[in-house]
Amino acid sequence: MKAAVLVFPGINRERDMARTLRLVSGREPAMVWHADTALPPGTDLVVVPGGFSYGDYLRCGAIAARAPIMDAVRAFADKGGLVLGVCNGFQILCESGLLPGVLMRNQNLRFICRDVYLRVERSDTPFTRGYNAGQVIRVPVAHGEGNYIADGETIARLEGEGRVLFRYASPDGLLDPDWNHNGAINGIAGILGERGNVLGMMPHPENHVEASMGRTDGRGLFAGLVDHLAQAA
Amino acid sequence: MLRNEPAITPDLIADHGLKPDEYERILKLIGRAPSFTELGIFSAMWNEHCSYKSSKVHLRGLPTKAPWVIQGPGENAGVIDIGDGLAVVFKMESHNHPSYIEPYQGAATGVGGILRDVFTMGARPIACLNALSFGDPRHPKTRHLVSGVVAGIGGYGNSFGVPTVGGQVRFHARYDGNCLVNAMAVGIAQADKIFYSAASGVGMPIVYLGSKTGRDGIHGATMASAEFGADAEEKRPTVQVGDPFSEKLLLEACLEIMAKDCVIAIQDMGAAGLTSSAVEMGAKGNLGIDLDLDAVPCREEGMSAYEMMLSESQERMLMVLKPEKEAEAEAIFRKWGLDFAVVGRTTPSMRFVVRHGGNVMADLPIKELGDEAPVYRRPFVDTVKPHTIRTADVTAPVALADALETLIATPDLCSKRWVWEQYDHVILGNTVQRPGGDAAVVRIEEGPKALALTADVTPRYCEADPFEGGKQAVAEAWRNITAVGGRPLAITDNLNFGNPERPEIMGQLVGCIRGIAAACEALAFPVVSGNVSLYNETNGRAILPTPTIGGVGVLPDFTKSATLAFKAAGEVVLLVGETVGWLGQSLYLRDICGREEGAPPPVDLAVERRNGDFVRKLIDDGIVTAVHDLSDGGLAVALAEMAMAGRVGARLDGAPDGVPPHAFWFGEDQARYLVTAKTADVEAILAGARSAGVPVMRLGTTAGDALAIAGERALPVAALITRFEAWLPAYMAGRTDNGSL
Repeated sequence: MKAAVLVFPGINRERDMARTLRLVSGREPAMVWHADTALPPGTDLVVVPGGFSYGDYLRCGAIAARAPIMDAVRAFADKGGLVLGVCNGFQILCESGLLPGVLMRNQNLRFICRDVYLRVERSDTPFTRGYNAGQVIRVPVAHGEGNYIADGETIARLEGEGRVLFRYASPDGLLDPDWNHNGAINGIAGILGERGNVLGMMPHPENHVEASMGRTDGRGLFAGLVDHLAQAA
Repeated sequence: MLRNEPAITPDLIADHGLKPDEYERILKLIGRAPSFTELGIFSAMWNEHCSYKSSKVHLRGLPTKAPWVIQGPGENAGVIDIGDGLAVVFKMESHNHPSYIEPYQGAATGVGGILRDVFTMGARPIACLNALSFGDPRHPKTRHLVSGVVAGIGGYGNSFGVPTVGGQVRFHARYDGNCLVNAMAVGIAQADKIFYSAASGVGMPIVYLGSKTGRDGIHGATMASAEFGADAEEKRPTVQVGDPFSEKLLLEACLEIMAKDCVIAIQDMGAAGLTSSAVEMGAKGNLGIDLDLDAVPCREEGMSAYEMMLSESQERMLMVLKPEKEAEAEAIFRKWGLDFAVVGRTTPSMRFVVRHGGNVMADLPIKELGDEAPVYRRPFVDTVKPHTIRTADVTAPVALADALETLIATPDLCSKRWVWEQYDHVILGNTVQRPGGDAAVVRIEEGPKALALTADVTPRYCEADPFEGGKQAVAEAWRNITAVGGRPLAITDNLNFGNPERPEIMGQLVGCIRGIAAACEALAFPVVSGNVSLYNETNGRAILPTPTIGGVGVLPDFTKSATLAFKAAGEVVLLVGETVGWLGQSLYLRDICGREEGAPPPVDLAVERRNGDFVRKLIDDGIVTAVHDLSDGGLAVALAEMAMAGRVGARLDGAPDGVPPHAFWFGEDQARYLVTAKTADVEAILAGARSAGVPVMRLGTTAGDALAIAGERALPVAALITRFEAWLPAYMAGRTDNGSL
């Protein structure tokens, strides 16, 4: 795996992400500055990490989506390259047009940091091949604006094409408003782009990858990507 | 040559918070009347917040040394050595007055200020904590303050990217007119790469970095050095506005130029802004400073010298750079999109000269600005020792089970999840123990070393007996660190009191400091940084004396840290420490019996150390499965907390002969811990306790899904959790106003 982690001013989970990529893949990712115009040669995974790019003083992700490096990311995705956006990264991917929809303020209007349960909807994607379909994983969220919404037609398409990869669920895997902390429509926590090579998700799998720290539920996502890229190579 | 805009009148002097005799002192010092700008500078340097004029003589009594202390009080933050070439940099500071006036921005900039203090010294912040005190939940402002302060702390820390991992939240009517917001930041640095504020070298450029200067926060430090009257709302313009995004950039840029070895000296602009930071750098380095305000990056046009010198705009730094590295440093700052300007030079003159628009606006002796600030030995009266409440004089008004159910749902003891879920407590991926335990545990890089962090004080104890209360605050911080398996190393103290011009308030301050000193000495737990916040008083009513103690300890291996949750059924529950059933100042007495009185539990520091060292050894040996320190609410509340955290019940024997049951279960005797162990390990633990001279008592066994005390109604753990979690969300949603649901 030759991952590139994008760094925008105000991004703050880039260190968490870089460490996880190193721990799982055995290889340091490249840290790519927002003002750069090209990805490092041979990049096979682009990760847009969490944080508050440009302070999120405008709509979350809106400014980062227009940074110079994003043209290179769009070109990379157009050629089928894998792109993962987490939290602010998901917001940036939506703002950049790589994913549909938008993340609104959490239903209770407060920032929420807690562990949540996600139901993995499919296991036949590069991002979820490390899990079983229907498996429930526990990972943290930490966001104020994670309430996913899109117009009815878009939602119908996402659902119809099986592009919802993760949903907020109860520990038993049931959809339940009590276990949907931010009010996202259909409990949507993570979605795929049209071609299946771009994933945006609000929760932080990168924070649950070490057994010594208590939980490894997030590891499957990264381990699956490593396997997928090894096979593709 | 000195321009004098408004005439200096007695009213103007008073508006600057300077007393007539303090003004006389200025006249004597400089031999003439000050200019308007100079008057502003004196008010900024000589207010209570910046000069510690009322507390200084007493603070000198605090122990500040230990072999592991690299830097004690007097710098931006304290620094301790934790081995492996690493140092911990930490401090706690109050932002009480601004938070009451404008809770979101007041609290946010409190976090911003303390983070800056830590990274100014070359450390990357790895954790924040906070201790919050609010008024009676029924007071009309309380809900608004809780909501704003919590959102402000989260808003700043979450965006900056540091986990907020622990703290305290309390409610008491004595905070109705003055809430307390004490924020602590902890960072990690290379022990041989600590940066200080003393300038060195004549003719060196003074560089201004960070955000632009605006008209916000002018006189913030002066405002924080006075009581509130009816006009508190009108002081809103003195509160600064925070920009965590800029601070994050400032952090990255500062650490980058430090790594490139560009920095000789660095000082953040906090209280009293440019004035305080420039004077500090010069005075500490025995140098004069010549500032040219025309070069200061400003947010607004037409700012006067006076405004620039007193602005408390956030996210700004002052540095002395190595001249040959100036271009490299500037390029790094430009990359991060931050302002960079040379605004002055160091001089051999020992004068602090401020120029603006071709005029000299101030020309003052730099050393004396700090050193000659007034120091007061204010009169004080010792707090009258309260009577000791005899257990026999307290009758139990309700059954034990009912009392426990009530207590865990009171504002002080209920779950604070509603608060800490608004703080990102997992970012950086190193939070081993999240909020809700005795102390937070944060791993350093990928371990195995970790820090144990806590913030503690029991203000009602301090009110009743400042000396014992001061001791107890330190002892509890030490105990909380011990309870997770940490070796306590050092503290930061944040002393919040009322008006020191009142002898009884001064008596509280002096008593608490003496108590803190005694405990620090006995526990080898020195003070390395701190902050004093006085005049927390409104219309003559002071807050409870609240000396918040921020404690730092180290664990050699984070995987061995102990947690308070019951782990499994069938384990033995042991009580470490002696229980006489001390009910004076207990929450049982206050919230169940309706009596807020008596002497607080005494703290025997030798016993504290002996019991704590014993428990730490048990954790290190890996023969206890859960550990919890006993504090507010006593034994029964601690058991309930362990049961709720593990969702495992327990069957417990009745109180031993000689101690009335309600005193046994709810007394707040100090130096106690609860531990659980596997049956096979109990004999070894008891034998160890006998040889260490530590009283250990077998209480019962973890079992089932209810907490059952012999002869009492069993309390299902699930129902306890519901009650424990319910109050704060219900209160914040406006569904309840008081302690009951």
